Amino acid sequence: MDKKSFSQHISRQYNEDLEHIITRVMTMGGLVEQQLEAALDALVDGDQAKGEQVVTSDYRINAMEVELDEACTNVLARRQPTASDLRLIVAVIKTITDLERIGDEAERVGRMALHLLEEDRRRSPMAEISALGEQIKGMVRGALDVFARMDAEQAVRVAQEDIKADAQYDSIIRHLVNDLENNPKSVPPVLDIVWATRSLERIGDRSRNICEYVVYFVRGKDVRHTSFEQMAEEATGDRH
Amino acid sequence: METEVKNTTSAGAATMAQKVETLPSERQTATPEVKMSASDLNLWYGDTQALHDINLDMYAREVTALIGPSGCGKSTFLRCLNRMNDLIPQVHIKGNVMLEGEDIYDPSVDVVQLRTFVGMVFQKPNPFPKSIYENIAYAPRLHGTGTSRSELDDLVESSLKRAGLWNEVADRLDTPGTELSGGQQQRLCIARAIAVNPEVILMDEPASALDPLATATVEELIHELKDNYTIVIVTHNLQQAARVAGYTAFFHMGRIVEVNDTDTLFTNPKEQRTEDYITGRFG
Repeated sequence: MDKKSFSQHISRQYNEDLEHIITRVMTMGGLVEQQLEAALDALVDGDQAKGEQVVTSDYRINAMEVELDEACTNVLARRQPTASDLRLIVAVIKTITDLERIGDEAERVGRMALHLLEEDRRRSPMAEISALGEQIKGMVRGALDVFARMDAEQAVRVAQEDIKADAQYDSIIRHLVNDLENNPKSVPPVLDIVWATRSLERIGDRSRNICEYVVYFVRGKDVRHTSFEQMAEEATGDRH
Repeated sequence: METEVKNTTSAGAATMAQKVETLPSERQTATPEVKMSASDLNLWYGDTQALHDINLDMYAREVTALIGPSGCGKSTFLRCLNRMNDLIPQVHIKGNVMLEGEDIYDPSVDVVQLRTFVGMVFQKPNPFPKSIYENIAYAPRLHGTGTSRSELDDLVESSLKRAGLWNEVADRLDTPGTELSGGQQQRLCIARAIAVNPEVILMDEPASALDPLATATVEELIHELKDNYTIVIVTHNLQQAARVAGYTAFFHMGRIVEVNDTDTLFTNPKEQRTEDYITGRFG
């Protein structure tokens, strides 16, 4: 689906409504990226200011979700969209839900980072967590890029990155469980790290969801709860 | 009447059970019964070709909607289905229209009889300038399907009931049909079409002259009639097609661009021209 097709309606107002929605989703995505970046700085480097910024800024993402929901509802009510327009609105409604949740997860990472400020980071698997964070940042950026370009084939490649993220997550959790077994006194800080790691892993899942909505928009195929092979087939194969 | 209700209930239950057991994709693959079909149908007005190689199956107990821009041939095609185009001079038709396996253009076909099998409801309600009663009784009396007064009384009542109009007019059957509201007049016309017990009902923009409430009533009626009749409806209102039809055919410049089940056609059409038309883009 060519993005410029949003500007080909006979109704100019309709074009403007859809273009406005797309632009706002990208703005919301930019905010989410900033939040994630700041949360990771707080977690990995112990940057207190960034941690506080994440915790106090999440409301902006929430407000954008509400605003975009309303814009989508108005298009449904006024335009009764069909075909790719309908799929676009459905994809946007679902995408912004996932973006808002990514914002929540980033906030949680920030809050856990603030808990951990006084802890000795050298004992934690911070290098591994940092690598997971980079992987997750790449997935979020990739998903937003895929959404901006409405590129179904690239969506599959970004979604597949979740396999690596899951493996990194498993490895970190194994490490942390080991820590807990060897040093039972470390339970509270280690649990904070577990929660933060879990949040990062969930952000990866939600980025994958966004990729799936892009495939739905472009191909008209619902690839949720399917294998990567099926997703790739639907994204690259014949539309029908 | 009681038996009818029971039948409906058990049929409804069977459908529900089926829905639980089968996936949506499996349901769509079950082939419905073809009631009427056009094959390689071409039509000319003089030298101008208005329909090109139309192939379309219309299924029993389903609503098939014909959509497309003005002048695309959808109304012309609809009129082919009960030979209304025979009335227009210089019309020349090639191809077949089959009703339950019989070619309706066969020379042996009695056109008047054909139109009792394939009834038509028009855009503008056109009741006869007669009483409500006579609007319904006229054709059965003409065709000899209702002769005695009591037979006709029953037929008038059952037709008006099936058209959802009985409760509104039962106490004033002698008033002229033209005194009813637009929506009531259209339902009277539908009752009139039903009275001769057709197999297929053709509707040419049946709600375009009606307000939204009367439109909703007519659409609800179409939904109910679907259980007993094959319905083919021409509409400019895409949302109406989406609401009432199980299958939709998109006409453009005298050809069928795409036919599909309505859900697919409106969410994921396969042809770009369909997409452009239903989303209101420059075609």
